[in-house]
Amino acid sequence: MTVLEQTAQTGETPLLEIHHVKKYFPIRTGVLQREVARVHAVDDVTFAVRAGETLGLVGESGCGKSTLGRTIVRLLEPTDGEIIFQGTPIQSLRTRRLRPLRREMQMVFQDPYASLNPRKRVGTIVSDPMRIHDLGSRSEQKRRVGEILETVGLSPEHYNRFPHEFSGGQRQRIGIARALALRPKLIIADEPVSALDVSIQSQMLNLLEDLQNEFNLTYIFIAHDLGVVRHVSDRIAVMYLGKIVELSPAEELYTRPIMPYTEALLSAVPIPDPDLAEKRERIVLEGDVPSPINPPSGCRFHPRCRYATDVCQQIEPPLVDYGNGHLAACHHPLNVDQETLQRVEVAQEHTPAAADESAMPEDTSGHSNPSVAPTTRDTRSS
Amino acid sequence: MAERLLEVNDLKVRFATEDGIVRAVDGISFELERGKVLGIVGESGSGKSVTAMTLMGLTRGVNAGFEGEVLYKGTDLLKVSDRAMQGYRGNELGMIFQDPMTSLNPVYRIGEQIVEAIQSHERVDKRTARSRTIELLRQVGIPNPETRVDDFPHQFSGGMRQRAMIAMALSCNPSVLIADEPTTALDVTIQAQIVELVSRLKDDFDSAVIFITHDLGVIADIADEIIVMYAGRVVERGTKRDVFYDPQMPYTWGLLGSIPRLDRPRPERLHTIEGMPPSLINPPEGCKFRPRCPHAFEKCKQEPGLENRVETPGHLDRCWLDVEFKRDHRDETISGGSVEAA
Repeated sequence: MTVLEQTAQTGETPLLEIHHVKKYFPIRTGVLQREVARVHAVDDVTFAVRAGETLGLVGESGCGKSTLGRTIVRLLEPTDGEIIFQGTPIQSLRTRRLRPLRREMQMVFQDPYASLNPRKRVGTIVSDPMRIHDLGSRSEQKRRVGEILETVGLSPEHYNRFPHEFSGGQRQRIGIARALALRPKLIIADEPVSALDVSIQSQMLNLLEDLQNEFNLTYIFIAHDLGVVRHVSDRIAVMYLGKIVELSPAEELYTRPIMPYTEALLSAVPIPDPDLAEKRERIVLEGDVPSPINPPSGCRFHPRCRYATDVCQQIEPPLVDYGNGHLAACHHPLNVDQETLQRVEVAQEHTPAAADESAMPEDTSGHSNPSVAPTTRDTRSS
Repeated sequence: MAERLLEVNDLKVRFATEDGIVRAVDGISFELERGKVLGIVGESGSGKSVTAMTLMGLTRGVNAGFEGEVLYKGTDLLKVSDRAMQGYRGNELGMIFQDPMTSLNPVYRIGEQIVEAIQSHERVDKRTARSRTIELLRQVGIPNPETRVDDFPHQFSGGMRQRAMIAMALSCNPSVLIADEPTTALDVTIQAQIVELVSRLKDDFDSAVIFITHDLGVIADIADEIIVMYAGRVVERGTKRDVFYDPQMPYTWGLLGSIPRLDRPRPERLHTIEGMPPSLINPPEGCKFRPRCPHAFEKCKQEPGLENRVETPGHLDRCWLDVEFKRDHRDETISGGSVEAA
């Protein structure tokens, strides 16, 4: 069953679908600039985002989450795969046809110090998108900038100031105002709060939530901290070395992580309670993310995984559906009961290639199993 | 009782700027004993980094003015000459900076930079310095230190660069290690590694640590004592248990409440501390936190002193509110009311 057929059944088109998207960066050396290797930054990623939802995209530095975000809005050209925005495939659109669609998707960048032009005034920064897209007259643009600045918690008097006159949190508000200027449908926020103090971080998360309700926005929220994404996300995708290794409804990921990598990410989030922090078992991941130039064979996480066995080195686990829209790619799934495991194994034998397709949210209605008990089972012995 | 390494008494640091005098640190006192970890917590601009840099003698300059004492093993570091300070820096007090990307020189190999640090403090030949560098890199957990020692900073990941910075800070065996937001620029997974590393190295090198951060969660594991700073002042000070389980200052509640917590159910909204830290040139009258404090009342127009107001001795705060009132009301801020619901 293709995604389009599923869509026809449920009668709801996801705002964004991406299918088997790959982004490789060639490494060239020598006078002839021959390609000697490739960085597998994003390697076969498939998912969909419904209108109005927030998809959290989580992973360590170098896992390809920012590259994926930039590829989706085509700031980077995908090497392969399909990107479908509001039903239109956009992966090979020419600039002229792409431009109107760009209005619908905007980005908020990580570093509020580097993403604002220091020589432009706030008013120009926020009105530039409107000027580029030729929206309204000068005075209308100016009025609208004032409105937007107020919406994001700044004041219209800030119109003529320069970015250096603002604190980190305020600059990030300017970045958000710029993204909102065109009334987009989709906002890709690339680590919007990582550079901010915790107190300012919570202001920003609340602001993003308010804006979503007010303007019916859809977010792809990129972060490395699972604590932060929990607050804003409806679903969360965990990325590791260019691949999605787990995709789950937000709360379920925290109560019932299936992939050992997710478990380790969760245990790295600091808990501001000395007794709990002491009692908690910390899974400290050794080393860094391996090089995406030569990713490890089989499961890419196996060199750092404490459950890894021989099979993990040889065979790459497919992303399989454990019910309730919870997908994971692992040979030794955690927190899965016997019954689900058997059902999954049977399903896998019949449709090996279909697994990726179930990353689409519509698919969950087909064979959902919401009442999976959170029984922990160690599958290493089986 | 362990040896007292550092005693800071009513330290004040001011900077003369074009806009006026910035009172970056306005009276901070603490003691640090060997084997202990002191956490200093506060937002950007609360004076925590200036405190750290002043201890290291890095804020000296024509526009800087100091008051108070910084006693290191009995010597006042504010009074020693610049030259003598160099002997303390590195040998007695080591520092890890916030941004590992910019603290290393990109055109020199990692090993060269650490060897240089060792040789500028001790008379050793290059071979000895190099083998000590390799040993240090091994201790901070760099794999294959024999080969990685000749890498350039860009060949290291963020976490490894921070490890290299720690190796450099430890190269002359300092008794006090000052870590200024060492994990802020890093991923949570790497952050967990670095916090664990700092706490292990503290025991290996038998030193004391000052750990500066804006995130109380980071030091819940390792701090013994915590100082909460706001607008250049200490607003709360106590043991880790005092600050986490019996916080007396509404600002501390705000900091605790702002952290998205995985150990609690997801609240509807995250607590925020409204507004921004005040200007240090014209700080507000009275309690500096008053403009942002939801519980402020008439008396807050006079600044409260840093005093012990609770049963536990040594737990100090700057707040006029009644202790019982605070105990009844702080959970609304810290956990967004979810505790009452439970």
